[in-house]
Amino acid sequence: MKIILNGESLETVEGASVETVLKQLGISRERVAVELNTDIVPKADYEKQLLSDGDKIEIVHFVGGG
Amino acid sequence: MTQTSDKLIIGGREFTSRLMVGNGKYASFEQTAQALEMSGAEIITVAVRRVNLDRSKESLLDYIDLKKYTLLPNTAGCYTADDAVRTCRLAREAGMSDFVKLEVLGDEKTLFPDNEELLKAAKILVAEGFTVLPYCSDDVIVCKKLEDLGCAAVMPLGAPIGSGLGIRNPYNIRIILENVSVPVIVDAGVGSASDAAIAMELGCAGVLMNTAIAGAQDPIAMAEAMKLAVIAGRLSFKAGRIPRKLYANASSPLDGLIN
Repeated sequence: MKIILNGESLETVEGASVETVLKQLGISRERVAVELNTDIVPKADYEKQLLSDGDKIEIVHFVGGG
Repeated sequence: MTQTSDKLIIGGREFTSRLMVGNGKYASFEQTAQALEMSGAEIITVAVRRVNLDRSKESLLDYIDLKKYTLLPNTAGCYTADDAVRTCRLAREAGMSDFVKLEVLGDEKTLFPDNEELLKAAKILVAEGFTVLPYCSDDVIVCKKLEDLGCAAVMPLGAPIGSGLGIRNPYNIRIILENVSVPVIVDAGVGSASDAAIAMELGCAGVLMNTAIAGAQDPIAMAEAMKLAVIAGRLSFKAGRIPRKLYANASSPLDGLIN
């Protein structure tokens, strides 16, 4: 299935969770925040939060800023 | 008075340094880390952005010791209350802290605050338990409204972000200082160490800057200059300056002059 991740199309497995996608991309869960269709997914829910085709995911972290 | 007896308290947390610094615009992450260290800052601002899907690129947080600093995520680039609130919620989830530097901008040219949207966002965030430090106009009415909403500090600008013009309206800052009881932190506009000292001599609780250090020819030396200026300005404020007089007043005794 396809999801939209940070504005770009990403192919992932059927039944993928937020955790699946983070692992697929090699992103450590520690210092990121995840939004699924504009709702925040708490870190504790990354495994159980399953994704559907067409879901919009945002994964953000901290960068240098003023 | 020593530095240890003069703590800055924001949102129930104690800080020794009154200099807060941003981490943008540096030449490298190594330079950022060195400048941070030299500045002595304990509160450092960060922006919330999409992760880079190219994992070969490094992250700033790999270079800095997170145990030493309180991260202050900002809402830079937000032009509406909704965007700013969304960014703060993400920041809390990513950083596990309630501290946010709230900025809601009015336009790209001035980067001046949109105070109407700022107040709207501050109200929502305070209700959600955030410790809100708002970047705002140097306007006592807005500052009082932000204080009344429950913001932990107010952060009026000294001059436009990144302009280096210094404290353009020290009288406005003084009026704010006389009328709000939360810490007043000058955020934006500082260009050199003397600007930082002026902010502190006015009685501000702290100064927040980024470009003045990151954009200096030698950012690491400027970080030290800013650290010392903030300490000197604070000491000067606490010590109480002499009144300004139009005419001279000799420092050496007149008695015993040879003639």
